[in-house]
Amino acid sequence: MQNKITVETLNAWFGTNHALKNINLSFQENRITAIIGPSGCGKSTFIRCLNRMHEVVRGAKVSGKVLVDGKDIYERDIDPVDIRRCIGMVFQKPNPFPTMSIYDNVAAGLKLNGMKDKKILDKTVEESLKKAALWDEVKNDLNKSGVSLSGGQQQRLCIARALAVEPEIILFDEPCSALDPISTSRIEDLMIELKEKYTIVIVTHNMQQAARVSDYTAFFLYGELIEFGETNQIFKKPKEKSTEDYIVGRFG
Amino acid sequence: MDRPKFRLSKLSGDLIFKTVVGLFAFGIIVLAFLLFRELFIASSLSRNAFGAGFLTTSTWDPVKEVFGALPFIFGTLVSSLLALLIAVPLSLGIAIFLSELAPEKLRTPLSFIIELLAAVPSVIIGLWGIFILAPFIRDYLAPPLSTYLGFLPLFQGPMYGPSMLTGGVILAIMVIPITSSVSKEVIMTVPIQQREAALALGATGWETTRIAVIPYARSGIFGAVILGFGRAVGETMAVTMVIGNSPHISASLFSPSYTMASVIANEFLETAASKLYISSLIEVGFLLLVVSVIINIAARILVWKLLKVERGAA
Repeated sequence: MQNKITVETLNAWFGTNHALKNINLSFQENRITAIIGPSGCGKSTFIRCLNRMHEVVRGAKVSGKVLVDGKDIYERDIDPVDIRRCIGMVFQKPNPFPTMSIYDNVAAGLKLNGMKDKKILDKTVEESLKKAALWDEVKNDLNKSGVSLSGGQQQRLCIARALAVEPEIILFDEPCSALDPISTSRIEDLMIELKEKYTIVIVTHNMQQAARVSDYTAFFLYGELIEFGETNQIFKKPKEKSTEDYIVGRFG
Repeated sequence: MDRPKFRLSKLSGDLIFKTVVGLFAFGIIVLAFLLFRELFIASSLSRNAFGAGFLTTSTWDPVKEVFGALPFIFGTLVSSLLALLIAVPLSLGIAIFLSELAPEKLRTPLSFIIELLAAVPSVIIGLWGIFILAPFIRDYLAPPLSTYLGFLPLFQGPMYGPSMLTGGVILAIMVIPITSSVSKEVIMTVPIQQREAALALGATGWETTRIAVIPYARSGIFGAVILGFGRAVGETMAVTMVIGNSPHISASLFSPSYTMASVIANEFLETAASKLYISSLIEVGFLLLVVSVIINIAARILVWKLLKVERGAA
């Protein structure tokens, strides 16, 4: 198993606030890596550095390297737009485009890439919705608005939208925090299915979720990476005192 | 401690306050109703004399006392639509720049200046229109238009300066502040999550605006456009000064025209001798009021419908 993403001495700022400090971390291919930590520890900032979404916020700054398949996505001549096309992202709150149909939501990324062939679009939309475990529920309503779905369905629609552009990596930024337990468990099952083909990074404030779905876990605190290891080890025998304190619920 | 008494006086104070402000609010409705009623009654002479023909005939002859308002209705609608045609793309561009692209330091002063433009008295804009804009259009804009697009009836005939085109441009200038500032406010309410959804798919800045921001804000932008249309329809002074004030219907934008608001402003003092003349002008006013109200109601219904589609879906 090889490293898909390698992060080297990554630092990030919001204005003068030093949000991430010297992060070194690797993510393995076809594995789920969870990033946990209390609010404000920099975990969301970190995941947004992996597809260059951090810098869209005014005053945000990044230094360091993020190597994807050995190539630094922060290299000077690289367009962040291209990076975001190969790395999918699913957000905290389901955010389908409200004026688009289910079909158009899924096809949005492909259309941005200039795809016009109706057959390919049809096929990709169907496949992506199947991969996102949503096809059976919406196959007769593809022309309905994306926001006519329930919250959990909307989130799976967003996953389908991310999958449609055939990324190799998918970033999940607290994808279940706005969902009920049943929808949450469907998304978790889905992530486990998806890891066969994709490299997955998930930020979560829900430690049980990290324990359920992930192969590796990284614990962040105050903008620093405190501990990284196999999920089993982190949850059963954490090496650091603060990791243990967080996991057993002494703070956070 | 004298609490019960204190409470009692507070209660009656509340009641007085409620009654007074309630009367104010109700007063507006009464005022609007009386306005309608007054215009309707005062225009009865003209309505009896010309009936529906008032709307469809184009003779306006105070000497023979024959009045038809079609040229004014035509002038108002065409000049306002022309204004929208010019103002909407510009306003959208301004709104997108201010909300999406401009750095914070530039956004606030620029927005302020654009809103100030709305506060310029329309007679000032009219003066500028007469002395600067009309000659400019006559000398620099009309010749190429008639050379290259002269095969269209829109750009045929002589151009003396005051014209439908000049009126439309002046109105566009007056529509831009309101349309752009309302559009900007609307666009700024689009949630950041919508922008991020597009960006994460690999959309460029412009693509994000196109697929995520504008569609989300479209009902509000539509409202802003209709507000601008309302302003153009009701605008009187500036357009009167540059449109040429000639009650004729012509396909050419180069020929002078007349609007409903302008004819009232221009001719009201000349009507003393004829009751039918004044009644006809009042009927034009009544029509203008009705048209304005219909535009506003229609806009609101459409905006509500669009909002309902989006909310109903959400």
